Amino acid sequence: MSDERPPHDLRDTMLAEASLAHGLTRTWRTPAGLLGALSTVDHKIIGRRYIATAFVFLALGGILGLLMRWQLARPEARVIGPDLYNQIFTVHGTNMMFLFAVPVMEAFAVYLVPLMVGTRNIAFPRLNAFSYWVYLAGGILLWVAFILDTGPDVGWFAYVPLSGPQYAAGKRADIWAQMITFTEISALAVAVEIVVTVLKQRAPGMSLNRVPLFVWSMLVTSFVIILAMPAVMVASTALILDRLVGTHFFNPAEGGDVLLWQHLFWFFGHPEVYIIFIPAVGMISSMLPTFCRRPIFGYLPLVLAVVGTGILAFGLWVHHMFTTGLPRMGESFFTASSMAIAVPNGIQIFCWLATIWYGRPVLKTPMLMILAFFFTFIPGGLTGVMVASVPLDTQVHDTYFVVAHFHYVLVGGAVFPLIGAVYYWYPKFVGRMMSERIGRWVAGLLLVGFNLTFFPMHILGLQGMTRRIYAYPEEMGWGGMNLFVSLSAVVLAAGFLLFFIDVFRAARHGPEAGENPWGAATLEWATASPPPPYNFARIPVVRSANPLWDSPDSLPVATGLRVDRRELLVTSVTEARPEAREASPSDSIWPLIAAICTCSMLLASIFTPWAVVWGMIPVAAALTAWFWPKGSPEEEA
Amino acid sequence: MTAKARAATLILLALTLAACKREERATRLDPPVAEALDKVAVLPVGIGGRPPEVYPALGSPYRSNAYQLSQGKRLYEWFNCRGCHADGGGNTGPALLDGWWRYGPDAVSIFVSIRDGRPNGMPAFRDRLTTEQIWQLTGYIQSMGATAISVAAPSRSDRMQSRPAENRAPATFPAPR
Amino acid sequence: MPRPWLLAIGLLCTGCSSNWQSALEPQGDVARHLDGLFWLFTITAVVIWLAVMLVLLLGLWRRARLPQAVADRRAGIAVGAAVAATVVIISGLTLASYLATRPLASDAPDALVIRLRGFQWWWEATYQDEAPDRGFLTANEIHIPVGRPVRIELAAADVIHSFWVPNLAGKQDMIPGRDNAITFTAQQPGIWRGQCAEFCGLQHAHMALLVVAEPPEAFDRWREAQIAEARPPADEVEAEGQRLLEAKACSACHTVRGTTAAGTLGPDLTHLGSRQYLAAGMLPMTRGAMAAWIADPQGVKPGNNMPMVPLTADELQALSAYLVSLK
Repeated sequence: MSDERPPHDLRDTMLAEASLAHGLTRTWRTPAGLLGALSTVDHKIIGRRYIATAFVFLALGGILGLLMRWQLARPEARVIGPDLYNQIFTVHGTNMMFLFAVPVMEAFAVYLVPLMVGTRNIAFPRLNAFSYWVYLAGGILLWVAFILDTGPDVGWFAYVPLSGPQYAAGKRADIWAQMITFTEISALAVAVEIVVTVLKQRAPGMSLNRVPLFVWSMLVTSFVIILAMPAVMVASTALILDRLVGTHFFNPAEGGDVLLWQHLFWFFGHPEVYIIFIPAVGMISSMLPTFCRRPIFGYLPLVLAVVGTGILAFGLWVHHMFTTGLPRMGESFFTASSMAIAVPNGIQIFCWLATIWYGRPVLKTPMLMILAFFFTFIPGGLTGVMVASVPLDTQVHDTYFVVAHFHYVLVGGAVFPLIGAVYYWYPKFVGRMMSERIGRWVAGLLLVGFNLTFFPMHILGLQGMTRRIYAYPEEMGWGGMNLFVSLSAVVLAAGFLLFFIDVFRAARHGPEAGENPWGAATLEWATASPPPPYNFARIPVVRSANPLWDSPDSLPVATGLRVDRRELLVTSVTEARPEAREASPSDSIWPLIAAICTCSMLLASIFTPWAVVWGMIPVAAALTAWFWPKGSPEEEA
Repeated sequence: MTAKARAATLILLALTLAACKREERATRLDPPVAEALDKVAVLPVGIGGRPPEVYPALGSPYRSNAYQLSQGKRLYEWFNCRGCHADGGGNTGPALLDGWWRYGPDAVSIFVSIRDGRPNGMPAFRDRLTTEQIWQLTGYIQSMGATAISVAAPSRSDRMQSRPAENRAPATFPAPR
Repeated sequence: MPRPWLLAIGLLCTGCSSNWQSALEPQGDVARHLDGLFWLFTITAVVIWLAVMLVLLLGLWRRARLPQAVADRRAGIAVGAAVAATVVIISGLTLASYLATRPLASDAPDALVIRLRGFQWWWEATYQDEAPDRGFLTANEIHIPVGRPVRIELAAADVIHSFWVPNLAGKQDMIPGRDNAITFTAQQPGIWRGQCAEFCGLQHAHMALLVVAEPPEAFDRWREAQIAEARPPADEVEAEGQRLLEAKACSACHTVRGTTAAGTLGPDLTHLGSRQYLAAGMLPMTRGAMAAWIADPQGVKPGNNMPMVPLTADELQALSAYLVSLK
C-alpha cells in the first residue's frame, strides 16, 4: 500500500474519512529522526519549540532576578560586586524583553493563529523555521557571553555614551547590540507570517468581524512589530558602527547626538511594551467567554481598542525622556498622549467586566489568572498614568517606583494572562490537562508573591531608592523593606517553580483532554488534541464569531483541496471568500543552514566589519539552495 | 542531540579561551603584586629588558585585556600625553603610531620611558602614576602602534577626531596633502 | 557588613532618620508642588482600583440570568458611562499635570547659580561670582541659602548622569553635549541627600550628593570659608601630610588651593574636612575612614578612578590627618 504512489491530483472529495486522514498525514507529517526534526516547517512543532525555549529563558531570567534580590536584601552587601551586578540586571532585562516576552507571545501566535483561523500551516513556514533558529542563536549568544564574563553591562536600553566606544570597554555592549539584531530578525519574520496568515488564509466565511480576538490582537501586534522594530535596528546598527568602525552617530563633538539614541530606542521601546501587552489582552478576550459561558461583550469596541492601542503606542515614547530637558510644551503633548492610552485600555477592562457581570463565571485556573491580572494590572496601569505626567515623572523616573510600575504592567498585564493561557491551551498543545489543584496554588502563590515583592518597591522608589544600584548605605533606611521584598521574591519564585513542575508532570500524567475540554467556541478546539500535522482534515467554514457554540454538532466544511501535496486555501482579506488553492512549502533543512550562516556573519561582524562582506557569500549560497527548485509537487503551479 | 551538544561544547571552549581574560575587569591590584610589577629588569642602556615574572603570571593583562586598555586610554587623555604626542601622530614628542621606537618597542622599554622619563623632554611619571597605571598606559600605547588588529582595542573617543579609530588596524595617519 | 557607627553618624549629622532622600517629605517649593500632585493622582488611582475590584467581585458573586439582548444593552450603557468617566478623569489629571508643570519652568532672576558637573562617580560644583576671585570649586556637597531660589546648571563630563534631590525637586539629567538647568527653593534648613539617578557605570550606586540648606547668614559664612585658601597645617604631622600630598601622586589629580597640588582630574580637596562625607557619600568624614579610603580605594568603591597609591603606615596617618583638617 505504502509504495503505491497516489494518483496525480488527488482531491479530498475522492476519499473517505479514514483514507483522507492517512493521505493527509503522509503529505504533512514531519519525518522521524534528527534531520526531520531540524527540517520541519510545521507551525505546531516550531511553535512548541518557541514556547519551550521562551520559558527556559523565563526561568533563567528569574534566577538572575533572585540573585539581584539576594544582593539587595541587606545594605552594602558584598554578595555580588558591581561589575557582575551590572551584567546581571542588564541580562535580566534584555533576556526578559527580547528573549522571553516578545518571543513567547509570537510563539503562541505561531502555534494558535493558523488553528484559530482554520488553516493548515502558517504562511511562509520556512521563514518561520528560520526565525526560530535565529532566535535560539540570539539567546545562546547572550547567555554564553554572560557565562564568559562578557555579558552586556550597560542596562537593557544601553544609553550612549555609557555603551559607546569610549566608556564600554570590550565586546560586552557589542554582544547586546548584535543580540538585538538576532531577535529583531526573528520577530520581524514572525510578524510578516502572521499578518499574511491572518489576512489571506482564514477559513471561508471568517470575515473580519468573526476573527477571534486573540488573532485580532496578534494582527495588530504584528503591525506594531513591523513598524517599531526598524527603529531599534537603526539604533543598534548605528551603535555597532560607532563602536566598530568609528562613526559618530552619537558623538556630540563631531555633530552626533546622545539623545538621538534615546529617541530611536524608545520609538521602538515603548511600542515594545504593547507588543507584549496586546497579545496578552487578546488571550484574555479569547479565554474569558469560555469561562463566563457567554460570548464576549463588545467585540467591536474591543477590536477598535486594540487597534487604537497599537496606533497610540507610537505617540508616547517621549515619556521615557521627560527628565532629559526637552521643551516643556512638547513634553506636555506626550503627557496627553500617554494618558490617552488609558482610554482604549479602559474600554477593554470595562468590556471584560461586563462579560463577567452578565456571564456565569467558572473559576478554573485560567480564569483565576485573569482575576490575578485584574488585581495586578490595574494598579500598574494607574501608576502608568502617574509616570505619564511630566512633573510626577521627574520624581519617580529611574527609581524603584518605575521598577515596580513596569513589573506590574508586564508581569501583571502579560505574564499572568500568559500563565492562564498555558493552562488553557496546554491540553491543545499536549493532549493532556494540567492540574486544577496545583493550578490554584500556582495562581495564589504568583498573585501573593508578586504583590508582596513589587508593591513595596513603589514606596522604596518614593523614598529615594534609584534603579540599578548594586548597594545602598545602611543609613538610607531601605534595609527592612528590601529584606521583605527579597523574602517575598522567594514566594513568587515558588509559584513559578510549581508551575514548571505542573507542566512537566501533566505531560505524562495529566488526564486525556479530548478535542474541546473547556467547551470553548473557537476553531482551534474543532480538531484533535494535539492537532494532526494537517490541522483540519477538511477546512471548516465559519458562519459566526463563535463557530463551535453556534453549530455545536458539526461544522460545515470546504472541500476540493489536494491531498497528495501540501495545499491550503487562500481567501479574500475582508470577507474571507475562497480565492485560490495555494501550495504550502515542504520541509527543508536550508532554513537552518541559512540561519547558521546569518548568525555566524552577524557574530563575526562584532569583531571585524569585513565579516559582513565575506559572510554574505555563505548566506547567499544558503538562500539560493533554499529557493532552488527541487521538483516537489508543491512547486507545481 | 549529542552532535549539537558536542558542537556547543566546542564553541563554548573556544570562546572561553578567547573571551574570558579579555573581558575581565580586575579593578583592584593587590599591593604586593603592584610592587612586584615595578621590578622590571632593564639593560644598562635603559632600553629593552624583561618584565617581572609576575607579569606573565597575571596573564599579561595590560596588552590584551579590554578593560585595562581602556583605562590606559583614559590615562593617556588625563595625563596629557596628547600635549606632546598628539593622538599618536607626534608633535613636540615623537609619534607613537609609526612603528618607530627610539627606545625599543617592547613593553619594558615603554614602561621605563614613562616611569623614569627620557632625555629631551619626556618627564618621569614615577610620582604621578602608580605602577599599575603605568602598565595600563604601556599596554595602550603598544596597542596604538600595533600593526595587527586587536579585538580588545578601545575604539574612538567621544570628542573631535584627529586620527582613525584605535581599533582600525594597522593604525596609520592619512598622508599629509 | 553592619556599620552601626556609620548609622549613628548619619543620624547625628542629619537629625532625621531615613527621610533625607525622600519624595514623600518635601522641603522645597518644587517638591511640595509635586507632592500635592502625587497625592491627587494616588487617591484617584486607589478609588478607581477599589471601584473596579468591587465590580469584579460583585460580578463573580451574582448569578443573574438575563436574555443576552437585554444584558448587552445594559452593558453597553454601563461601559459607555465608564469610558466617559475615564475620559473625564484622564482629562482632569492631564490638566492638573499641565498646571503643575508651569511653575517649574519659572526663571527666578535673583537665583543663586551653581554649576554642577557629573563625573564618573562624583559631582563637581562651581559657585560663580561677578568678582572672579570670589568664585570657587567644591565637590559632592553643596550649600544653599534657605528661601532663595537656586538655579543649578547641569552638565556631564563623561556619560549621562542625573541630578536628583527628591526632598527639594524632581530630577533633571546631565547629558554630554547639552546644557540643562533646574531651579528650586529650599523652604527650611536641613541636610538632604541626592543621588545620581541615571545608570552611569560601575559605581552608579555610590554617587551621592549632599545638599545643605542653611539660613543666609550661615550660607555666607560657609561661602567665605570656601573662597579662602586651604588652612596651613597646624602641627608636624599635618605638615608632613601636606608634603606627602604635594609629592605623591595625589597632586596629579587633586587641587588644594594654597599648596602646589593643582590636579584637576579629581574632586577639589581645598576644604575637604568641612564636608560631611567622603568619596561621594560613601564614608563619613573621619580620620579613620579617610585612612581606609586612601589605603584601598578599590576595596571600598570597586572600579572608581582613584588609584591605590602605596604609602607606609606613618605616611597614611599623616596624610589622612592633614586632609581631615582641611576645614
